[in-house]
Amino acid sequence: MKLRVRIALAGNPNSGKTTLFNAMTGARQRVGNYPGVTVERREGLCRLDDVEIEVVDLPGTYSLTAYSLEERIARDAIVGGDIDVVVDVVDASNLDRNLYLTTQLLEIGKPMVLALNMSDMARAQGIEPDAARLSELLGAPVVETVGHRGEGVQKLLCEAVRLAQSPEAFRPPRIHYGQEFDAALETLSARLEALPSEARPPYPARWTALKLLEEDELVAGRVADRGLREDARRLAERLIAHAGDRVEALAADARYGFISGVCQKTLRQTPQLRHTVSDRIDAVVTHGLLGIPIFLLMMWMVFRFTFALGEPLMGGLEWLFERLGETVSGWWPEGSDSLLRSLLVDGVIGGVGGVITFVPNILLLFFAISLLEDSGYMARAAFVTDHLMRRIGLQGRSFIPMLLGFGCTVPGILATRTLEQGKTRLATILVLPLMSCGARLTIYMLLIPAFFPKHLYTRVLWLVYVAGIVAAIALARLLRSTLLRGENEPLVIELPPYRWPTLRGALVRMWNQAWLYLRKAGTIILGISIVLWALTTFPRKASFDRDYAAEAEAVRARYEAAASAVFADARSEDVRSDENFQERVHRIQKIRAQYDEDVIAAPLDEGHGDRVSARLARDARLAALRKGDPEQFDLAARYLDEAREPFEETMAALALARRTEQITHSWAGRIGRVLEPALRPLGFDWRIGTALIGAFAAKEVFVAQLGIVFSIGEESVATLRERLRTEYSVLTAISLLLFCLLSAPCMATIAATRQEAGGWRWAALQFFGLTAVAYLVSLGVYQIGGMWWR
Amino acid sequence: MNGASSNRMEEGRRLRHLSDVRVGEIVRFMGVEHGCALRMRLVAMGLTPGVPVRVMQRVPGGPCIVAVRGTRVALGRGMLDRIIVENAE
Repeated sequence: MKLRVRIALAGNPNSGKTTLFNAMTGARQRVGNYPGVTVERREGLCRLDDVEIEVVDLPGTYSLTAYSLEERIARDAIVGGDIDVVVDVVDASNLDRNLYLTTQLLEIGKPMVLALNMSDMARAQGIEPDAARLSELLGAPVVETVGHRGEGVQKLLCEAVRLAQSPEAFRPPRIHYGQEFDAALETLSARLEALPSEARPPYPARWTALKLLEEDELVAGRVADRGLREDARRLAERLIAHAGDRVEALAADARYGFISGVCQKTLRQTPQLRHTVSDRIDAVVTHGLLGIPIFLLMMWMVFRFTFALGEPLMGGLEWLFERLGETVSGWWPEGSDSLLRSLLVDGVIGGVGGVITFVPNILLLFFAISLLEDSGYMARAAFVTDHLMRRIGLQGRSFIPMLLGFGCTVPGILATRTLEQGKTRLATILVLPLMSCGARLTIYMLLIPAFFPKHLYTRVLWLVYVAGIVAAIALARLLRSTLLRGENEPLVIELPPYRWPTLRGALVRMWNQAWLYLRKAGTIILGISIVLWALTTFPRKASFDRDYAAEAEAVRARYEAAASAVFADARSEDVRSDENFQERVHRIQKIRAQYDEDVIAAPLDEGHGDRVSARLARDARLAALRKGDPEQFDLAARYLDEAREPFEETMAALALARRTEQITHSWAGRIGRVLEPALRPLGFDWRIGTALIGAFAAKEVFVAQLGIVFSIGEESVATLRERLRTEYSVLTAISLLLFCLLSAPCMATIAATRQEAGGWRWAALQFFGLTAVAYLVSLGVYQIGGMWWR
Repeated sequence: MNGASSNRMEEGRRLRHLSDVRVGEIVRFMGVEHGCALRMRLVAMGLTPGVPVRVMQRVPGGPCIVAVRGTRVALGRGMLDRIIVENAE
């Protein structure tokens, strides 16, 4: 008895295959490189008594031809792989179309179990396939399942394991293709079986014979015997001459003939072309005039959702990393110049923390996209946008990869595999980085609140995304009319019935995406954070322009003098060491710090309600504190105003000046400075240049890098925003937003482009082309904007 | 199907292109003019010769949605001029 069984899930797209996969494996799943795109293999584990079951989720396909990559992957896994049993997931409410794939699985002859999925919905529509009869006709066990409720999953696994233990129990029916066709199949399969085992292709003989007759080049390539291939071609030609059609078409007719026989015997009624609830929704959603506005509205809602819910979560994470930084920092004595401390706090916690802070937003964005996908809206989006996409030389199906690109460009590029290999696909890949990814969102989330009033946040962000889309349109058109001129593949896409998306499905998908992102943050970004930290720390400056120690001494002396003066006036020098007094000083400081924080968080305009209420709150708290002991309170306030606070501010300014001098001296500063003359016309200085170097490695590093350049590694994003606001103009911010949106994509994207487009030259074109576009756009915006802005 | 089909259409054999079918009409799918990969793709989506098809939605000058075998399939503009259908009685 086998203790390990491998099963593969095959089925049409929208048959509920992935839901069933989730129900089978639960949390025990391993996602290949990039989820969201089922082209990559998703595997999971589950257990039935003593048997460990490995489940492979194959890409959803309608057939198993050699024409599309997904179909080839699915069929290679079934035909050549180490799969014990195939579970064919069939939408019970649409039996005849779904059985087309089933017939091809029967042709392969791998032991198979049929899952009649979504049987509840079929029943609701009055379609009740006779499962027992179906099982008899297909020679395979048939189990009724409801994926999202997990119904029938145990039974399905039971049947699969049983079949794996005794594969000879599976007796698939033979599909008859016609007398002459069947005879040709017999001849060829006998010839194949007669071949010595090393010359035999690793496929079932009858299936190989069928594929040879269908002139499937991939299978023919595996048949070494030239004479056999020639004979197959001759047989095929005779069939074609006789029937007047291609062999593929003849085989398809025979399959549908078989299917209609099966359906007649198992269905009480044939499905009618009647209107359903879905059609009524589609009448509005896919309407010629309403479709696009509804689509834009949907996207707008996705972004609203992401930001409204993401903001508080982000604040929480930020707080957590600040505390962590403080704790680690506390392991060293105050003012320590330890390299290790700097590495941990500024490099690791600052860098990785800055990136992880944005995880809530990315999670929410993926969650929203998953909901749309599961509901069936995504296919409508492809339909609605097809017309427009075609005008720019792309197609509706380019649209889904581009939408994924809003999460991360890399899975977006991989998802272009659903398009046929060709110029449309290349153009899609090349402009895909212009769909602003989640990592770039981190940059916008830093810059937009720093330079724009609160009521404009969403609108500015929306504009940035739209700018990316506009640029993609322009570039796609340009590419398709110059370098990549050529015909466009027509749209063929199924529109599944609308469904309520399940929370679980959306959560699983969201988690898979987030996990990828976190893994990236944990490895690449950690590495890059350390490299960039080193770039900003080395070479260490030995002698500084200013004598910081002496200046600090002078400042300390001034503070002592000022403090003495305050206490001398009050004739109470001994109160200074009084515990009560120190407590009071501390509390006033806290109230003031709270106010500063509130003001930084509040929108920019002076008279704004948030600012006014922050001030009122501060005054009220101070007044309440004063009531306890007015005399001591006034003394404490005077001490703070005249001695303590000026002292602390000057000391902080000194430390910052020292760090800035150090960074200026470091490699990063030098590189930034070398770039500065080229970046000046865009409104950028060397510090932005330094941060942009980080952005080339991975977009999200930009924020961490900017933090380090401004010596705000261990403090909050809010402090960094405040700094940026004082350093740069709004025009620089706009120029920078556009540059980050358009410029060279990250390393991972370049690698994906090289792999998918098939060559470094496309990757290089993408890298340099987009950077050139970004430079020109930012240059134009900054120079033209500068004419009337100031 | 090939170029000759257009002549046959002129003979009034009730054959026409899917692009000429109005929303709500039910016709029979007959075949595709040139393109074997495309043809096999349509077959896999359930569009086989003789199958009844209903046009559900149409974007002027753009793609359309048809109902076939209990599913809805969106077909691009470029395809509608190549799909041949016959009036269903």
